[in-house]
Amino acid sequence: MSGTFVGMPAFPEAARAAVGDQTLRGNLRHATHTIRAKRAKAVAEVSDWDQLREAGKRIKDHTLRHLDRYLVQLEERVTAAGGTVHWAADAEEANRIVAALVAETGESEVVKVKSMATQEIGLNEALEAEGVHAYETDLAELIVQLGKDRPSHILVPAIHRNRGEIRDIFRREMSEWGRPAPEGLTDTPAELAEAARVHLREKFLRAKVGVSGANFMIAETGTLVVVESEGNGRMCLTLPETLISVVGIEKILPTWRDLEVFLQTLPRSSTAERMNPYTSMWTGTTDEDGPRAFHLVLLDNGRTDTLADEVGRQALRCIRCSACLNVCPVYERAGGHAYGSVYPGPIGAILSPQLRGTASEIDASLPYASSLCGACYEVCPVAIDIPEVLVRLRERVVEGGPVVRDGNRVVLRPAKGHAAERAAMRAARWAFARPGALRAGQRLASRTRGLHPRTLPGPGRAWSATRDLPAVPAEPFRDWWQRTHGGEEAK
Amino acid sequence: MSARERILGRVRRALADVEPDDSPYERAIERSYVRAHGDLDAERTVGLLAENLADYRALVHRCTADELPCLIGRLLAERGSRTVLVPPGLDAGWLAETDVERVPDLAASTPDELDRVDSVVTGCAVAVAETGTIVLDGGPDQGRRRITLVPDHHVCVVRVPDQVVASVPQALERLTPTRPLTWISGPSATSDIELDRVEGVHGPRTLEVVLVGGVSHSPGGDGR
Ligand code: SF4
Repeated sequence: MSGTFVGMPAFPEAARAAVGDQTLRGNLRHATHTIRAKRAKAVAEVSDWDQLREAGKRIKDHTLRHLDRYLVQLEERVTAAGGTVHWAADAEEANRIVAALVAETGESEVVKVKSMATQEIGLNEALEAEGVHAYETDLAELIVQLGKDRPSHILVPAIHRNRGEIRDIFRREMSEWGRPAPEGLTDTPAELAEAARVHLREKFLRAKVGVSGANFMIAETGTLVVVESEGNGRMCLTLPETLISVVGIEKILPTWRDLEVFLQTLPRSSTAERMNPYTSMWTGTTDEDGPRAFHLVLLDNGRTDTLADEVGRQALRCIRCSACLNVCPVYERAGGHAYGSVYPGPIGAILSPQLRGTASEIDASLPYASSLCGACYEVCPVAIDIPEVLVRLRERVVEGGPVVRDGNRVVLRPAKGHAAERAAMRAARWAFARPGALRAGQRLASRTRGLHPRTLPGPGRAWSATRDLPAVPAEPFRDWWQRTHGGEEAK
Repeated sequence: MSARERILGRVRRALADVEPDDSPYERAIERSYVRAHGDLDAERTVGLLAENLADYRALVHRCTADELPCLIGRLLAERGSRTVLVPPGLDAGWLAETDVERVPDLAASTPDELDRVDSVVTGCAVAVAETGTIVLDGGPDQGRRRITLVPDHHVCVVRVPDQVVASVPQALERLTPTRPLTWISGPSATSDIELDRVEGVHGPRTLEVVLVGGVSHSPGGDGR
């Protein structure tokens, strides 16, 4: 199934490697702590945060419950406004549709706005196979693309890179893709951003085809909404002659008015701003303003399977703000790559195994990539109870049970005893041997009592419930950490 | 079976366990959040707008309608602009005090041609005080989306207090969803490199917002 990073080890191994990488941990720590503090301040400014969060949750739940109706309404409105709607059941179908649309234009280059959906389906690689170059235009995505790397954070995909590494990548790679980095480029963020501006501008000004995702689609009006900071989105959405947007079917909001909730909660949750610098909204095509052709590709790729699970479907409320990543003690130490998916962190741990199934070892281990401390649930602007879904997925992995795969109801067999057990034990031991995760785990004991009764029968019993995870080492963790890490970061 | 039928069928099967609920949407969602945070009068709302715009590094100016042409002339001169993009319906009087070369907003201009223009002057549809946001809706005094995107210097004129609302919910109420809309909060910015904020990656690197008020002005106060 597409989307799994090839050769990706299961979470515990990947995490162990990441934890040993000092540069990575330093970069991550700095980043997550900075965003976390800023976010708390931005949220505190809004007196009715809880009400907005509740409304957001309800709007999304309502949408999911009537998803068929809203999809049909959206299609009708987009079509009436001059757009063309395509439906894609899986990644392959979506890639095929986009490749054919690009081929129709006769172009061999497209500019792209950062989009999780197109990453999920591996669109860039699929286009490359057809001889079409897809240029990522978000600064962080450019860094990732030039570095032949994988994004590691939803919002700040190059969060694992520091300025020195970025300068080296620019110096080494920019000339391969277009305009080279200027002579004597230093590592100040301003100079690096300027180099990216000049490099990308060349591409924007000649681009004939743009590819995007969308943050929201309004069923009532057929309007698409893209929220961004840099202006590369505006460039891709308005300069090309053809615009192709690939959007997950769960991104619908019923009415125009619903935006009043999400335009308040999304920026504050993600970049900790009152409002992000740019938001673009378009409905079909507009005479002589923007692209003459607009194609919307509605993507399923496992979403309807996720919808079929009454506990897991809440993951489809996600608005990809990334707040849960920044508070997660496991993410902070393991980094985004350890999750082996375009969706890292707590949301990735519940979304990837649902979109892709739990057949692979990495997907089977993801529900264990958490200490169940509950911090992710508390920050989530649409109140996704991530711990609840994690417990549900652990149960599915261990115990088996009915799930929907590719639209068919199947009964999952319990994971083959040893493999799953090993993966889970390793993950558990890993998490509980880390001070941050451990701290969180200790908090968990009181916080998540409500979740605990889900102990499992049979072979899973010994370890499937959180309280049955391996006992906390007898040695207090502070001592252990001091002893093994020379006092580094003991807090 | 088409992908469309397949996906819709899967959605329906996935929801088979969900109890049907056909209450009308307005009643299905409780909206207990506020329409605006705080109860500011018009003047203080404009003050909050100015503050929040500045907080996100827009340069904010205030003047009366009579002073506007002079101010715009000065802003373009200070910038050293030699050319300025002019939306079709821009009040000609706004540019009365400058001899900078006018470049009309034409469908036929190429992105390269726009790239050679120094500045753009526009009006706006509405401005949001709580978030420090101006919204453009492609109206005659704002032009096509790309003219406020490619040049490096954007001067945006907001008529106060009539074009200013307190909050996002109030702004949405005033806007027409089917028009192409651009919400702008400060100049282009990125925090992608070690979360250091850098202004001006792709959009205009300088955003100047002129709040015009004080003298009663021509009709069309709602900015549509
Ligand atoms: S799960 Fe919630 S907090 Fe995490 S990215 Fe999605 S919306 Fe944001």
